[in-house]
Amino acid sequence: MESTTAAPGSVARLFPDELETPPLSLRQLTWRRFKRHKMAIFGMISLILLGFYSFGGMLLFSEADANFVDTKLILQAPTAKHFFGTDTIGRDILARTIYGGQISIIIGLTAMLVETIIGVVIGALAGYYGGLIDSLLMRFTETVLTIPQIFLLLVMAKYFGGSIPEFELFGRTFSGSVIVIILIIGFTSWPYLARIVRAEFLSLKENEFILAAKAIGTPTSQIIFRHILPNSAAPIIVSATLGVANAITLEAYISFLGLGVRPPTPTWGNMLERAYNYIESAYWLWLFPGLLIALIVLSINFVGDGLRDALDPRSRAI
Amino acid sequence: MTRYIIRRLLQAIPLLFFISLILFTLMQSMGDPLASMGGRRVTRSSDRERLARQLGLDKPIIIQYVYWLVGNDWTRADLDGDGLAETPGTRRGILRGDFGTSLVNRGKPVTQVIWDRLPNTLLLMLTAEVVIILGALVIGIYSALRQYSLVDNVVTSISFVLYSMPVFFFALGMMYIFAVNFKRWGLPYLPTVGMFDPQVGKTPSQVALHMVLPVVTLSFGFFAAYSRYIRGTMLEVMSQDYIRTAKSKGLAQREIIYIHALKNAALPIVTVVGLDLPFLLGGAIVTEGIFAWPGMGRLFLDHVDKGDTPVVMGIVMMIAVAVVLFQIITDITYAWLDPRIRYD
Repeated sequence: MESTTAAPGSVARLFPDELETPPLSLRQLTWRRFKRHKMAIFGMISLILLGFYSFGGMLLFSEADANFVDTKLILQAPTAKHFFGTDTIGRDILARTIYGGQISIIIGLTAMLVETIIGVVIGALAGYYGGLIDSLLMRFTETVLTIPQIFLLLVMAKYFGGSIPEFELFGRTFSGSVIVIILIIGFTSWPYLARIVRAEFLSLKENEFILAAKAIGTPTSQIIFRHILPNSAAPIIVSATLGVANAITLEAYISFLGLGVRPPTPTWGNMLERAYNYIESAYWLWLFPGLLIALIVLSINFVGDGLRDALDPRSRAI
Repeated sequence: MTRYIIRRLLQAIPLLFFISLILFTLMQSMGDPLASMGGRRVTRSSDRERLARQLGLDKPIIIQYVYWLVGNDWTRADLDGDGLAETPGTRRGILRGDFGTSLVNRGKPVTQVIWDRLPNTLLLMLTAEVVIILGALVIGIYSALRQYSLVDNVVTSISFVLYSMPVFFFALGMMYIFAVNFKRWGLPYLPTVGMFDPQVGKTPSQVALHMVLPVVTLSFGFFAAYSRYIRGTMLEVMSQDYIRTAKSKGLAQREIIYIHALKNAALPIVTVVGLDLPFLLGGAIVTEGIFAWPGMGRLFLDHVDKGDTPVVMGIVMMIAVAVVLFQIITDITYAWLDPRIRYD
């Protein structure tokens, strides 16, 4: 998308360098590069639609609809009344995918926040201070990396499961296991990010502007958070974006194995629990929540890929 | 190099110690191993107490950890469960190669429990790994040589979709198409659960048939990732000067690709495979769960549920050791394949 700002009718042909346009900010540049990534745009639109589906759907269905048990309508195939059919105890699957989507998206976003905060703090401390702190923190990071994440998640889900009671928020009741799942996903996902941040800090802290900041007596916390961190934002943003998709998938895995979010709170993951017992008789049990998970993960990965290209400082394209 | 290996091995010791400590702590108070012991119903509280004493579960966690680590043959254990420790202990501890005995399958050594399942997992995993690497090499090289062609674009999009697809959704979809609907349409269909049909018995052809769906399910995600990776490294190598030299001196295309280019392009792949391989030991929990494959993943799930600390610890420590060893092996192989890399 070359900008052709030459006024209509002007004779002189200007080269981009000679144009007297204000330089683009980093954000504008990124957006320009991001826009050209067709799949990323597709991903963003689809994410907006999925968000609208999960949160806008509240206007059509109340939470009571999602939890309404109609034992006369067990395992009904999709009909005009129940678009996505009904589940094993006669709840409407469409309404449950709407409320389940909310929880899945919230889990994805908050687990990503937990992950990012831990990863950035550990990576920043290790990279900035080096020495003993670095080797201690990195040994800890390796420890978490050495155990396969799904194993650690299952053990933790079992250990902490049921330790948080149900709670109320905005007049709705949530299973305490939502919090447990968010925390354990956050607590086990940060090592990769910590390594990325550490590597960024290791190279950035040797720059002259850090020396200058130190020379004028800038406090260490400001050097870390105001001077170095913004410069390593690009890989953190990409990693955080992909982290959302990862957290949604992990939640689905744990719930699928029966250790995730407890009913009555629906998530796309726990709607699939036991669905494979009905693989022959009721495809709608797993098809709709499964498709939604696949779609949101795919869209987030597209957006992450687009952001990676757009934020790449080596990329010269405008 | 020897010094490097020794240093890495020494670094691994605190790492493994730390892992075992964290997991051992997490495994405590998880489920009640006494409640599900080998079908025996332990109802009377005096029985429960006696059993807990016999198994050493009444001891503080730190003592239990020490016994697990170095054994209890230096002290006395309460084997008859009367509250008095009079018999010399027999456990030798994991440091001396004694993984302990399973709490659920009472008295069965952990090594035996794991050994019963390990071949099943290895069979599945190694087949999957071969499928992944061969498939990814073919697809990766092909799309690198025809960059931005129709095939390349299609393959790229498909691998992106596959890469993002959750394992269970893919597995359920495969089951629905190739088992349920093929059966419905009267076509030859694939079995979905277990390792063999109990009516036919465990014949090689039965096992092979039952392996198709799990292997495909395990392979697809890695396959997508690896083929992207190979495409990337292959593109990079193909644009280098020495390849142009090889072309200009008139070497056959085949020779350039498979001998000159692939050798260098395969280097980074060695790392990726080497680092992924040990994780396969644990089995793919989700895949084994869906297809009821009697492997390590299922074993882990079942025993986590019942709070069987020795077996769970055995599995995880085995994987942790494998991860550490494979990291070192990968580093060494890499240095051996690429002489520019030095670790000293």
